[in-house]
Amino acid sequence: MPETTAAPAETGRPAPKGPGRRTPAGLRLARLRDLALVPAIIAIAIVGQIVHPIFLRADNLINILQTMSEISLLVLAQALVLIVGKMDLSLESTFGLAPGVAAWLTVAVGTGSGLGLLSGFWAIPITLAVGVLIGVVNALFIVRFGLNGFIVTLGMLIVLRGLLTGISGGQTFFNLPESMIYLGSAMWFGVPASIWICLLLFAAGVLVMGFTGFGRSLYAIGGNVDAAKAAGIRTDRVLWITLITASVLAAVGGLLLTGRLASVAASQGDGAIFTVFAAAVIGGVSLNGGKGTVFGAFTGILLLYMIQNVLTLAGVPAQWIEALNGAIILTALALSRLTGGKTQE
Amino acid sequence: MDASANPSAVCEAARITKRYGETVALDGAHITITPGETHALVGRNGAGKSTLVSILTGLQEPDEGEVRFAGRPAPRSSERDAWRERVACVYQKSTIIPELTVAENLYLNRHDHNGLGLVSWKSMWRKAADLLEAWSVDVDVRRSAGELGVEQRQFVEIARALSFGARFIILDEPTAQLDGAAISRLFDRMRAMREQGVTFLFISHHLQEIYEICDTVTVFRDARHILTAPVGELPQGDLVAAMTGEAAGLRDRQARSPVPAEAPVILDARGLTDGEVYVGVDLRVQAGEIVGLAGLGGSGKTELAETIAGLRAPGEGTVEVAGRRPRAGSVPDSLAAGVGLVPRDRHHQGLIPLMSIADNTTMTVPERLGTAGLVSGRRRDGLAREMITNLAIKTPGPELPVNGLSGGNQQKVVMARALASDPRLLVLITPTAGVDVRSKEFLLAKVEEIAGKGTGVVIASDELDDLRLCDRVLVMFHGRVTTELAAGWHDHDMVAAMEGVDLDA
Repeated sequence: MPETTAAPAETGRPAPKGPGRRTPAGLRLARLRDLALVPAIIAIAIVGQIVHPIFLRADNLINILQTMSEISLLVLAQALVLIVGKMDLSLESTFGLAPGVAAWLTVAVGTGSGLGLLSGFWAIPITLAVGVLIGVVNALFIVRFGLNGFIVTLGMLIVLRGLLTGISGGQTFFNLPESMIYLGSAMWFGVPASIWICLLLFAAGVLVMGFTGFGRSLYAIGGNVDAAKAAGIRTDRVLWITLITASVLAAVGGLLLTGRLASVAASQGDGAIFTVFAAAVIGGVSLNGGKGTVFGAFTGILLLYMIQNVLTLAGVPAQWIEALNGAIILTALALSRLTGGKTQE
Repeated sequence: MDASANPSAVCEAARITKRYGETVALDGAHITITPGETHALVGRNGAGKSTLVSILTGLQEPDEGEVRFAGRPAPRSSERDAWRERVACVYQKSTIIPELTVAENLYLNRHDHNGLGLVSWKSMWRKAADLLEAWSVDVDVRRSAGELGVEQRQFVEIARALSFGARFIILDEPTAQLDGAAISRLFDRMRAMREQGVTFLFISHHLQEIYEICDTVTVFRDARHILTAPVGELPQGDLVAAMTGEAAGLRDRQARSPVPAEAPVILDARGLTDGEVYVGVDLRVQAGEIVGLAGLGGSGKTELAETIAGLRAPGEGTVEVAGRRPRAGSVPDSLAAGVGLVPRDRHHQGLIPLMSIADNTTMTVPERLGTAGLVSGRRRDGLAREMITNLAIKTPGPELPVNGLSGGNQQKVVMARALASDPRLLVLITPTAGVDVRSKEFLLAKVEEIAGKGTGVVIASDELDDLRLCDRVLVMFHGRVTTELAAGWHDHDMVAAMEGVDLDA
C-alpha cells in the first residue's frame, strides 16, 4: 500500500504555474545577502584609490590577495565549521603546527632544532597528516565525547601552540626543503600560486556547500540538528568530516605562508583567530550555525584586507595598525549587524 | 500472532505498556484506526497521549504490546524510512529548518541531482512546487522556511509527511497556536485530504474541534484506554465525564468566608489586550480575595497573569496595584508596587538551580539583606530560615543548593521567594505543576492563609485542584474571558468551559 510517490494519484492537473513559483523572492533575498559586502568593497576600493593612486594597480591588488590567501583558508575552514553549528578556535595553532612538524622532521640537524629524520619529499604529506590528526582529535572530543566545541578547541589552541614552541625551542625553522617552499612562492600564469590555490579552494567550497547533498546537510545540521537527524542525515559523520576538513585547510594555509616566508616561526598563526571569526561573521556567517555562505566569508576577509591595505597606503604608523584593525573589525561587525538587521548573529 | 489483529486497520496498537522508571505512562492501552477516518485522541495532561504518539511513530519502543500497520507488524525502530512510509507526525515543536528554503526542507537529504552529481535546484523547486500544488498548499517553495507562519509551516510539514508515501498522519495539537480562521482553513484542508484517502489521528484539548472534524474519538485517562466511540454517538457531557473520571477533588474544603464588599481593591486591570493572545480583559481583585484564571494552553491565561505580574507589557490597557500603576512590563516596578509572582515554570523562571535556598528565597528582597548593596550572609540565612519554617521546606539548612530538593520543596522555595517581599497581590501560575499531593495540599492551604491576611491572589491554572479554592474563576478561551464561575462549581462545568463547549447545547 505505501507507495513512495511525491503526489497523490491524480496529478494529471495542468502544469503548476501558480503558488510554488510565483516570485523567487526568497532566492533573490538570499543572493542579496550573499552580495551584501560588495558595495562596501567597491566603496573601499574608491577610497583606496583616492588615498593612493597605486591602490587599484594590478600589483597592489595581487599583493592584497596574496597576503590574505593564507589566512583566507582559515576563514573558509571556520565558515564550514560555523555553518555546521560548531566552532574551531584551534585552527590558528594548526596553521603553525602542521608546517612546523614537517619542518622539524625534515630540516637537517644543525640548523635550528631540525631533526633531519625524513627527506624533504615528506614535508607536504606530513603537513597534511598533522592537519588530519588534529581534526580527528577535535572531532573525538566534540562529536564522540559530546564536549563543548568552544572549550575543546580553546584547549587545543593552547596545546598545539605549546607543541610548536616545544619542538622549535621557540625558534624559527629555516633551510626548509624545496617542496615546502614551492606552493607559497611559485608563480602560475604570472600570479602567485597561493592565490590560485585560495581561489580554487573557495570555488570548491561554494560548489560543495551550494550544490551537494553533503554541503546542504551542513546547513541542516547547523539549523536544526534534530530535524536533520529526522531527515536521515548521519549527523555525526558529517561533523567528523567537517572538523577534519577544516583542520586540513588550516594546515594548507600554514603551508602557503611557510612557503612565502621560507620559514616557520614559533608564533606562526598566533592571534589570527579573531580576524578569522570577524571575517566570517562580517561575511554573513552566523555564530549560531546554519546560516551563511562560503562566498560571503570570502568577501568578509577580502574587505578586511583591503581596509588594512588602505591604512598602510595612507601611511598610518605600523604601531597603530593593530589598534585600528581591531576597531575596524568591531565597526564592521556593528555595521553588518545594522544592515543585516536581525538576520546576523 | 495475534488473532484479534484487524487487517483492515491502518494502524493498530494493542496492549501497550510503557514505563519510565516508577511512572507508568501507558498501562495496557490500545487503539485501532481504520482507513479514511479522522480519529480523535483526547485526555487530560498525563493521560499518556504523547507516549502513545512516540510509540506509534517508532521513536520509542513499548515495554509490552505491539503495533501493526495494515495488519503487518511495525518495522524495527532503526528502520526510519520504513516508518516514514507508514506514519508521519506533525509535532507541536517544529521540525523545519528555518534557514533553508521550503523546497529544501521538503526534500532534505533527498536532493535531486543533475548529470554532474550536483544538486539540481531547478528540478527540486519544480518537484516541491508540484507537491504543494497537488495538496493545494499555497506557499512559495523558494522562501526560507523561517518566514512561514505556524499555519503554513504545518501545511508544509503535512505535505512533507505525505511525500514519503505515508497516508496516515498524526497531528499533535495542531490548533494550539492557530487562530480561528486558520483552524477552519486547517479543517478544510484535512477534509480535502480525507477525500484523497488520508487517515488522521487528531490530538486536541479543544473538544468542540473534535465534534467538528473527527469521526471517532478515543479517550485516555491515567495511562489507560477508557473508551472509543463514534463522535456522533457520544454526547459532550459523556466525553467530558470520560476525560475527568469520577475522581473526586483533592479533599473537601470548607467554604471560604465571603470577602467583605468594602474590602479595598488590590488589583484593578482594565481593558488588557495583547494582539490575539488576550483581548479586552478586565479584572478586579479585592484584598483577601482569591480569583482563578482558568484555561487550556493557548487560552492566554498565562500571558495575562504574566502581564499582571509585570513580566510582559500589554498592547493596550492598564494594571493598577493597590492604587499604584507600575510601569508596564517592569518587574522591579511591580515588585515595588507589592506584586509577588510564582512563575509558570520553576525550572526556567523560578529557580537558579545551583544557588542555595537562602539565595533563591531572598532574591527579590536584596534591600533587606544589608546596607549599601552588601549582602549580610547572617541576615540572609536568618530570613531564609524563617521562610523554611514558614513553608515547611524539608532541608538540612538554608545553604543547600535548590537542585538538591524534591519538586514539591523546590516549588515551596519559589513560593517563599514570592512571599519574601510581603506582597499585597500574589500572582501564581500553575503553582502545583509537577508537585506531589502532600506539597500540593500544603501550598494551596498556604495560599488560603495568605489571602486570609488580606493579600489579593490570582491563580492562573488548568488544574482543577488549584482552582477549587478560588472565590470565583474566570475561564478564558482563545484569549477571551468566556465564563465566570463562582466557588462550588462542578468539575464538568469547569472542564467544559475550558474546552469551550456548551453542555446545554
